[in-house]
Amino acid sequence: MAKGLLIDTTKCIGCQACALACKEANGLPGEQEEELSATAYTVVKQKGDVYYRRLCMHCNDPSCKSVCPVGAFEKTQEGAVIYHANKCIGCRYCMQACPFSVPTYEWKKRAPKVRKCILCYERLKEGKITACAEACPTGATTFGDREELLAEARKRIQENPGQYIDHIYGEKEAGGTSVFFLSSVPFAEFGFPANLPEDSLPKLTWAALKKVPSIVIFGGAFLYGTWWIIDRRMELAEYKSKQRESKFQEKK
Amino acid sequence: MDFKLPFKITFWKVVLLLIWLAGLVALIVRFTQGLGASTHLSDKFPWGLWIGFDVVSGVGLSAGAFTIAAAVYVFHVKRFYPILRPTILTAFLGYLLVIVGLLVDVGRPDRIYNPLFMGNIHSALFEVAMCVMFYTTVLFFEFSPILFERLGWSGPKRWITRVTVPLVILGVILSTMHQSSLGSLFLIIPQKLYTFWYTASLPLLFYVSAIAAGCAMIIFESHLSFRAFGHRLKADVLADIGRVLLVVLVLYALLKAYDFYGRGVWSAFFLPRMETWLFWLEILIGVIAPIILLSIRKVRLSTGGLYAAAVCTITGFLLNRLNISTTGLMASSGVHYFPSWMELAITLALVSTGFFIFAMAARYLPIFEHPHEPSHAGKPEVGFPEEVLEIETFSAGSG
Ligand code: SF4
Ligand code: SF4
Repeated sequence: MAKGLLIDTTKCIGCQACALACKEANGLPGEQEEELSATAYTVVKQKGDVYYRRLCMHCNDPSCKSVCPVGAFEKTQEGAVIYHANKCIGCRYCMQACPFSVPTYEWKKRAPKVRKCILCYERLKEGKITACAEACPTGATTFGDREELLAEARKRIQENPGQYIDHIYGEKEAGGTSVFFLSSVPFAEFGFPANLPEDSLPKLTWAALKKVPSIVIFGGAFLYGTWWIIDRRMELAEYKSKQRESKFQEKK
Repeated sequence: MDFKLPFKITFWKVVLLLIWLAGLVALIVRFTQGLGASTHLSDKFPWGLWIGFDVVSGVGLSAGAFTIAAAVYVFHVKRFYPILRPTILTAFLGYLLVIVGLLVDVGRPDRIYNPLFMGNIHSALFEVAMCVMFYTTVLFFEFSPILFERLGWSGPKRWITRVTVPLVILGVILSTMHQSSLGSLFLIIPQKLYTFWYTASLPLLFYVSAIAAGCAMIIFESHLSFRAFGHRLKADVLADIGRVLLVVLVLYALLKAYDFYGRGVWSAFFLPRMETWLFWLEILIGVIAPIILLSIRKVRLSTGGLYAAAVCTITGFLLNRLNISTTGLMASSGVHYFPSWMELAITLALVSTGFFIFAMAARYLPIFEHPHEPSHAGKPEVGFPEEVLEIETFSAGSG
């Protein structure tokens, strides 16, 4: 069953407990950070008097996974999008392609890796919940089954129409994700991309790439055919002109 | 034959040495301190000059080889034979430099072979990587007769000439695939790439503009090598390339117009934004100017005019590729990116290395020799490939 996170920004008090728990769980150095980085897989940010988080959305059809030339990303059964560092060549296409600009890079290292939240995949396998959800004192970040979280989010919006805008961020964005946000203000104010299609983004690439086999087959046949026809004609033309020439000489 | 390099110190040699020195320093910093210390890239702007210029543009500029090879071998336009060798050499060097650029840019160059073993067919970059690898190999084989000729190895040369046609067809297919897939790289970021450049037809536009850039490069380098070595191509061959270039550019302009029309982005054409300027610059220099120039018969028939049109096309092409892979992404990234001196130094060093090797090859390899002109005094006498002799008889017969 696919898991996920529901982040209710109306309940967040900006205490940073999740960000620090994440650092601890992943063995990341340093203190509180402002932006996602190779040492911060999640950050708590403030807009006006609203606090919100940034982290990997664990997309249903992840762009990062689809663009990686070596398939270093994997969307697991549990919903987590995880990263196999031993495959990565460091092209950073995943960072470019992620609609939420989540993956970060170890720019300072000589053998750098891509870094991002992996939904505490190791903990999930042990049956635990993510470190951030465990640490959250207010229930702003909750962990659960993706579908149940969605139902819960819908219920909260319905029951408190004044408190929330009618939008579950992550339900439909880029084909849907496993991390959902609720808010009292439009998500564009957090800088969350507001112009994402509802269809998954990898489909856009696939629409072009799926034509490749036919290019190879028809292109090859066309080129070979063209070569063969012209070659044959030229041979014939040459043959005829030689014949003419020899006849001409015979007459002489 | 004398192999002595002319060691006269000239202004350009000093410039070249300085560029290489700077490039070397940058390279050392890159590989000892990492990408962060050597580039202005960041988490918000992960691709910069090296991807935009060294890789995305470099591949496009080398598109002349598959175009001319197809014309000569598949469509039997034998009159283009004299430009085939310099074009293949350019492309071969171009792709080698692209690979070097890529090795500098990726974080783990030691794993560059990974796509071979763990490919992801959903990735446009995987396709590009595989095609670049195979096509560079194809280019090596297409180039090898020149080497064999120089070395006097007639055996391998005969063997390779026998598979020329399949090799050329393979090259055309691989090129079609990766030239267009370079455009597909950006299909997945509709919300990031600025509206002028993001379109579902990116692959087609990349393909057509690469052919234009490839043709322009042929004119450009013929001009340079004429100035440097006095290798003169028959003017009418270049004028023909000019005509091909015109047709391709017009096709490109029509595709672009159709694309804008379909997406209804006219309103963005006059917004006071940096992108608007860059866009107009790209279109005016790279599409409109060369189309006007090449439409004038007199310009097409003059070497200077052709050269000007080619330089415009190439400049516009570079602007286009850089806009798509860097500047067009800046607004959405929220950061300002300008390459560091080290990024610039390595790029410049790569380009100048390309020119340098080309010049050396033009001097020591039978690149420009063809039966239309007597071989230069002091050059080794080499046998001309059978095909050339055929062309000669063919053109003598038809002309
Ligand atoms: S948010 Fe970005 S990094 Fe996370 S799964 Fe989606 S595409 Fe991948
Ligand atoms: S940087 Fe690594 S993980 Fe990201 S796309 Fe490239 S190879 Fe894949």
